[in-house]
Amino acid sequence: MRKVTVFPKSNAVKKEKIISSLLGTSVILLFLVSWELLFQFRIVNPLFISAPSRVVLALITIIRDGSLLQNLTISGQEFVFGYGVAVFIGFPVGIMLGWFKLVRAAFGPFIAAMQATPRIALMPLFIIWFGLGITSKIVIVLLSAIFPLIVNLQVAMSTIDNDLIHVARAYGASRWQVFRSIALPTSLPFLITGLRLAAGRGLLGVIVAEVFGGAAGLGYMIQYAGSTFQTDKVFAGVLVVAFTGITLDFTLDRLGHHFDRWRGEVASH
Amino acid sequence: MESVKSADTLERPVKLAIKDIVVGYLDKQSGHTMVAVDKVTLDIREGEFVTIVGLSGCGKSTFLNAIAGLVKHQHGEIRVNDRIVTGPGMDRAVVFQKASLLPWRKVGRNITYGLELSGMKQAAAREKASYYVNLIRLNGFEDHYPHQLSGGMQQRVNLARALACDPEVLLLDEPFAALDAITRELMQNELLQLCEKVGKTVLMVTHQIDEAVLLSDRVVIFSSRPAYVLADIRIPIPRPRKSHIKDSEEFRRLMNEIWRVIEGNANIGGGI
Repeated sequence: MRKVTVFPKSNAVKKEKIISSLLGTSVILLFLVSWELLFQFRIVNPLFISAPSRVVLALITIIRDGSLLQNLTISGQEFVFGYGVAVFIGFPVGIMLGWFKLVRAAFGPFIAAMQATPRIALMPLFIIWFGLGITSKIVIVLLSAIFPLIVNLQVAMSTIDNDLIHVARAYGASRWQVFRSIALPTSLPFLITGLRLAAGRGLLGVIVAEVFGGAAGLGYMIQYAGSTFQTDKVFAGVLVVAFTGITLDFTLDRLGHHFDRWRGEVASH
Repeated sequence: MESVKSADTLERPVKLAIKDIVVGYLDKQSGHTMVAVDKVTLDIREGEFVTIVGLSGCGKSTFLNAIAGLVKHQHGEIRVNDRIVTGPGMDRAVVFQKASLLPWRKVGRNITYGLELSGMKQAAAREKASYYVNLIRLNGFEDHYPHQLSGGMQQRVNLARALACDPEVLLLDEPFAALDAITRELMQNELLQLCEKVGKTVLMVTHQIDEAVLLSDRVVIFSSRPAYVLADIRIPIPRPRKSHIKDSEEFRRLMNEIWRVIEGNANIGGGI
């Protein structure tokens, strides 16, 4: 009986990987060292640029005094609620837009117009409507995260392989069965991409909304530190945001690979 | 296993009865309704293997789709076991030219797809499909994804998916046309043996005349569009057949006979 053989990765491939990750790391290190030197030798006004060592100290301080956790919790809440509602609404809306021609004809232009509107420009309105608290931020996150989801799922529906639908119908599948056995599995990779894009946009939404008109949260912390010339604290805040973003994206990427196994090598990069 | 088939299929009850069917389609360019299949009448008896040949685009695939219930016919009726066909149903299973396996399902669950659509539980479906999985020698491949299989193997899965439903009539729409020449010949032999074993009623569409003669009890020749029956030729080569019958005098004579009919029609209609 035939077997499918999977060839082990060759040494040359491994070597190439090691070299490229070494290159990447050294550029980052070079950047950090130059930054530190610029600070230590007072080449640029230290007040403006801070230094990696100072940023680390600032980070330790905000961890110790609990202000980081407090702000992180508030930003986290805003993100989770906004993102959650975006997924809850965006997934079915995107699917319906893609699946039903009439729904697309009815709501497509409206959604396109909504999407083209810069959300953050509406922040003054949201502050009037929902106040400076958590709700106005949640709305911004929701509006930032929902469109990548809607668009991706709508696209997913248009990529469905017609031959598969043909086969399903030949086996007597109902419209619901076609949807469940073909449309939904087709949409999964697109859902993951949508989730990743939405996470990035949502995170941006949280920070910008807090910088713009907040009384708490990471964005507010960064904004406040900036306006009081605590550059090290600004960098520390930015670092936390960046780290959160990377972690989120990585997790969703892993999740995507999990659902993508059937694609084989081609798409697994 | 013993051969179920015998030469005297003429005495068997009619399994698939097609009477006077007309299939039209809307030509998007002209906006007119065009006739693809024009009053075709055809009886296929139980256990019979009938193949329709004709020029490509003559309407034979449309005809098959009408029998599958995927395309509406405007006139006439189609009966399976004397029940009128109104749409797709579990009494017929189609094998298309493209394997069209669900890429996210492993082979095992692709084979049971049709059964699952009919409401059968996964475990029961696997149980029911296992006979054909063995027969088509797919055991050991159940946990592979379709992209890991060759074109020929994918088409075998496609065939197994159809047979697993245990249909009254198996419809094959140019099942090997997308395969390379060598794989196609191998698959023809495999289908030949398979059909002689299971004795299914089969209606196939192809434009390979040798394939038609090798596999069929009868070869029905369609005219170029709109399709009607030009000739209905019995293939009296006894079963079980082996692929080397292709070298025989009789095989060549039959191929010639079929070819003459097609050629004659093409010349008159200018249908190439």
